[in-house]
Amino acid sequence: MFEITAHVRKKQRVEQGVKFLFLGMTLLMILPLLLIVGHLVYKAWPVLSMDFLLTNPIRGMRAGGIWAPLLGTLYLVIISLAVSAPVGVMAAIYLNEYAQDNGFTRVVNLAVVNLAGVPSIVHALFGLGAFVLFAGMGRSILAAALTLAVMTLPVIIASTKEALSAVPRSFREACWNVGASRWQTIRHIVLPNSISGILTGVILQVSRAAGETAPVMFTGAVFYKAIKEGDLFAYGLMDQCMALSMHLFTIATQVPGVPESLPYATAVVLLGVVLTVNATAIGLRVWLRSRKKW
Amino acid sequence: MTESSEYCIETLDLNLWYGSFQALKHINARIRRGRITSLIGPSGCGKTTLLRCFNRVNERYGNVRTTGDVRVLGQNLYDPQVSLVELRKAVGLVFQRPNPLPISIYENVVFGLRIHRDRSELKRARLDQAVEEALRSVDLWDSLKDRLRDRATGLQLEQQQKLCIARLLPLKPEVILMDEPCSALDTDATRGVEELMVSLAGRYALVVVTHNMAQARRVSDECIFMLMGELVEHSRTEDLFVNPKDPRTAEYIEGRYG
Repeated sequence: MFEITAHVRKKQRVEQGVKFLFLGMTLLMILPLLLIVGHLVYKAWPVLSMDFLLTNPIRGMRAGGIWAPLLGTLYLVIISLAVSAPVGVMAAIYLNEYAQDNGFTRVVNLAVVNLAGVPSIVHALFGLGAFVLFAGMGRSILAAALTLAVMTLPVIIASTKEALSAVPRSFREACWNVGASRWQTIRHIVLPNSISGILTGVILQVSRAAGETAPVMFTGAVFYKAIKEGDLFAYGLMDQCMALSMHLFTIATQVPGVPESLPYATAVVLLGVVLTVNATAIGLRVWLRSRKKW
Repeated sequence: MTESSEYCIETLDLNLWYGSFQALKHINARIRRGRITSLIGPSGCGKTTLLRCFNRVNERYGNVRTTGDVRVLGQNLYDPQVSLVELRKAVGLVFQRPNPLPISIYENVVFGLRIHRDRSELKRARLDQAVEEALRSVDLWDSLKDRLRDRATGLQLEQQQKLCIARLLPLKPEVILMDEPCSALDTDATRGVEELMVSLAGRYALVVVTHNMAQARRVSDECIFMLMGELVEHSRTEDLFVNPKDPRTAEYIEGRYG
């Protein structure tokens, strides 16, 4: 009774094979990441220092640091998220908590999903047309930041909606039944229980805004611009600026005779910014999660 | 308002459709003040739907159309001046699965007060008193008074369900609706909640949907038997179980179907 038959043995072999295949794919995914990061840091090591972060590029960007592009990227990211985060979160709250399921809402939801998939170069052209030319902002930090905001907005709406709809319906029912209004339900129950998901979604867009080249290249980032070193307010809103992603593109492909370690170091800093932000997002999520139990 | 009437809820020729499906057909029911009334009947007979009509929470579930009147304390709920917020203060609902809010026990109890009163009216002493009164009414005060700051979602199910009942009390409701309040509980917890129901009757009218005929028999003063969206029989509990007037009721309580 119950002996292993040939058929069972075959099933076991397939089972093993499939498991190792999937494991292999997982390793295949992690390994290149480690290799890339390791390679980057190894190549960048000679020039990485605090000075590298805090000085402008010099000698036609063949030496010096990345102060101007680093600060430019910080400006772009902070301003764009200051616009897209509140707008996106509020729009998502409307869509998820207030909107009836009708034709209009479905069109808006469809638009959000599709906008999230539009390539960044298209957003760049939109920003050029809408902000730089039509709104008369010229090529400026403001125009570039708004372009990035438009690019990140649909993703923030989508992720926020996801976070809101993860709050169990029973909590909302409990609120309705003591006569809470929608806003009271949202403020007292829905938001406190979805804030970790909302923040994670927003913060992940930081790395996207920091990493995209095309949108800022068309709308406000320049090839080269020296700014006062060590001054956090060296850029004005209507100034043009340098940006890390574009700087990396420039020194890697457009300027002859750049020492090899410079683009690598720039890449490491960009990666560092992105990873720090993502790690913050994960940390925040874990911390906020630990405070809610259901 | 006919405050003196012995009925707190009356429906007049109430019909309700979910889309094109008619879930309630010409319901005429009268619920007595301060009594426990059970709604019984097989799944899909419309008892939960009828219960949800009593505080108009059905409308939150989309695509619902009703005709006829539901009168609570003499007021037709479908009159345009009726505020759902005020209605739900007077008619609270307890769910099948306990659904305490993911905040402290204390905050769960005062949640209704916070929602309905300005902050300036909510003095600490008043809130404390409301919490003690409500928790004493549901017999939780002695076991929970030292851990009011704990999360309500960490309580045992029986305590959670009692807390959900306590949450309604500071709003001074007239009617408490219960949608299978014990179906997620074990026998001991069920007994606890049933005893609580009996002790709350008198001060509040309780309308209880239940699948469990023995429970209806144990706790309720009156029973309403429903079938396929119709109200088949409404009488005192002992009459309905001992002397059912309608053959369909008789077959149901004998367990021929259901």
